[in-house]
Parts: sequence; C-alpha cells; structure tokens
Amino acid sequence: MGDMDPGWIVGEAREYVLQLFDGSRRRVYVTNNETAFPHGKLIVSRTDTEGVITLGNQSFVDMSGYLESELLGQPHSILRHPEMPAAAFRDLWETVSTGRQWHGYVKNLRKDGGFYWVFATVVPNIRQGRVVGYTSVRREPSRQKVAAAEALYRSMRGS
Amino acid sequence: MSINFTVSPSFPAERTSDWYIFNTWLQRALSLPIHLELYSGFGAQRKAIADGLVDMIYANPFDASLLVRERNFLAIAGPTGGDEMVIFTATDKPFQLVTDLQTGLRLSCTDDPSVNTVGRILLEPADLDASDIVTLPTETYIQVARAVLRDQADVGFMPVDAFSALSNVIQRDLRVLVTSQLHVIHHSFLIGPALHGRGDEIARLLTTLHETEKGSQMLAGLGSKVWRRIEQEDVELMIDIISTLTQ
Ligand SMILES: Cc1cc2nc3c(=O)[nH]c(=O)nc-3n(C[C@H](O)[C@H](O)[C@H](O)COP(=O)(O)O)c2cc1C
Repeated sequence: MGDMDPGWIVGEAREYVLQLFDGSRRRVYVTNNETAFPHGKLIVSRTDTEGVITLGNQSFVDMSGYLESELLGQPHSILRHPEMPAAAFRDLWETVSTGRQWHGYVKNLRKDGGFYWVFATVVPNIRQGRVVGYTSVRREPSRQKVAAAEALYRSMRGS
Repeated sequence: MSINFTVSPSFPAERTSDWYIFNTWLQRALSLPIHLELYSGFGAQRKAIADGLVDMIYANPFDASLLVRERNFLAIAGPTGGDEMVIFTATDKPFQLVTDLQTGLRLSCTDDPSVNTVGRILLEPADLDASDIVTLPTETYIQVARAVLRDQADVGFMPVDAFSALSNVIQRDLRVLVTSQLHVIHHSFLIGPALHGRGDEIARLLTTLHETEKGSQMLAGLGSKVWRRIEQEDVELMIDIISTLTQ
C-alpha cells in the first residue's frame, strides 16, 4: 500500500508516518473534517484471513472516499487513522483469530484526509469449522461514546 | 410423506389467506402433500422448530439464522429487497431526530425479533440502551400506531411495509425519525433435510413465479414482486452480520 497523495487532501492537513504491523510504513495526511455516519445504515466490509479487503457495501465505499476498485485487494489498514492506538488493533486480531467477536469504537481515515467514527463489530466467518475470513459491521455511535473513546485513545497514545 | 410448512409470524394478518393460496399452489406444483401451519407467536413457532415439526419455512432473518446454523436448513430463495423498519413518533411531539430522544423513552413494539433488534441499534446514536427505555409490548402493528397516537408511547417500531399499509389518516399524525437502510437482512425461503433433494426444483418454481400473471398476483399478496435465488454463502454472510447486531 502506497503513501497518501497530498493531492487527495481537502483542507489543512497534518502529516504522519504510520508504522504498520507488517513492518511497512505509510505517509498519511489528516484533517479535522468529520463525515457524519449515514443514519439508518450499516457499513459492512469483509476481508480474507490476512485482513485484505474482499468486499464492501455501498456505505463502506462512500464513507471511505475511495472508489471500490481502490479498496478491493488492499489491506484494511488503508483506513487506519494515526490517532487510533495500535493496541486496539492488536486486541482485534488476537480476538478474531481465535474465533471470537471483537467490538470497539474506531476512528477511520478517509481518502480526503477527513475522518469518521464508527462502533465496529468484527466477526470471524466460520465455514465447516474453519475461519475463512472476517466481516466487520459498523453502526452509528453516540456522541457520548465517541467522546469517551477519544479520551481513552488519547491517554493510550500518551503512555 | 407430508411436509410441514410455516411462515415466521411477522407478516401482516391480512396476508394469511394469501399464504394458504400459495400453499395450495406449491402442493400442486410439487405433487406433494404440504400442510401449512401458522403459529400465533414467536414462542409457539420456536417450539415447533425445536420439536422437528417444520420442514419448510418462509423465515425472518433471525429464524433463518437458527435453522441454517443449528438445524441444517438450506436457504433457496427470497425477496430482492431487504427487511427494513421505521422508528416513528407523533407529529405533536418535539422530536425531529433520533438524537433528540431521551432516557425514560416509552417504546411501543411487537415481539418481532428482527424489527426490535434493528430498532434498538438505530436508537444507539441517542445513547439509549435497554436500561434507558420503557418497553410497552403489543400484539399488532396497528396497536403500536395507536399507542403512539394516544401518547401512551413516545416512539414505535414497525416494518416499513406495515407502516406504509397504515391509512393516510393515521400516517398524517405520525413522523418517521429514521428508516433503516440495511439492505443486507432479509426473509428467506428455507428447506429442511427432508427436502434437500428437491431444492433446485423448488428454487426454480419460486424464482419463476413472477413470470405468470397468476404467480405475480400471488407474490404481490405475500408482499413481494420477485423472488431471487439465494446461495448458501449469501445467507451465511447475513447470519454473520446478524450475529454482530444481537450483542
Ligand atoms: C474485517 C476487518 C475490518 C477491519 N476494519 C478496519 C477499519 O475499518 N479501520 C482500521 O483502521 N482497521 C480495520 N481493521 C484492522 C486492520 O486490519 C489493521 O489491523 C489496522 O488498520 C492497523 O494496521 P496494522 O495492523 O497494520 O498495524 C479491520 C480488520 C478486519 C479483520
């Protein structure tokens, strides 16, 4: 996965370099523009067992700011926001790879540098007893829960 | 061999006779004696499933989950759209958005697990969970509408179909706060192990039903235009999605 292109960004941006789990790095640009969760909808995507995106519904594509063709085949960390603590995703992978569901509040990065908050549940897709991939279903979080998650993640980054 | 057929009890009462008409047609088309049993509530129906008294079912998404994952049922067909629901209030209430709703909310709803699960998720943006809500259960959707109109409840849950079937006079005094657009959760037609050998044949009958005048009238009576083929993986994915909504 390549760096973000500064030409994609809308508005004033800060620059970060993410250290991804596989050892690679990605340069990203982040603005303060929030996109509201679409009321009444779910954002759904699927990955293979490695976390590579295999499917996304229309809300998933729309909210990311990318084209569907730019998302399919990419690692799901294409949406990784630098303000999310790495520990949250370590916990996600530890949980789902042992066949259990994970849920948590997630701040996602859009192609245009903006962000959106979700309450995400990730479930392993178990077929004939084997984990064949993962599905994430995100729903609209309350502002109160988002504020609490923001405070928690800030303190986790500080430590 | 006689086959037991049932329908998840979430459909409007006016459709009862249409399900009997459908059953008669299906028996003839398959040359198979089929007995249609409609249970009055979700409890009675769950018990019939547990007792092995169901071979074929037009199931709501929650029943479909149970039957596919635990009872070896196959999903073969279903309507093209999703099962969507509305949360509504009375027009003389101040609420315009779900986020205007407050703790102590009085909710009128039936015992339809599908509608209620989705409804509760759509209340989460207001930071309301089960402990913040006073639930006032009723039997029918018309009673849900009445409870809201008479200020016995602040909001009601209803399937979109049932809401649009309310008369204009009633709808005029109601305001929709949110309509679900999940698209991914829908009814399906399932067959149990006794019928697995005839799955393709039944699926072909159901998915071509709209091609004749009589067939499309029958579908309209059941609230659909067309049924499409459902592959097992479609329903497995739906079940994975549902499992995220129920916790
Ligand atoms: C089904 C599924 C959905 C995911 N969705 C997201 C997401 O929306 N945003 C995100 O940052 N990470 C998501 N992740 C986690 C990423 O795979 C990845 O762990 C994370 O972005 C952090 O990157 P890293 O693990 O390379 O450090 C998802 C993982 C799975 C299995």
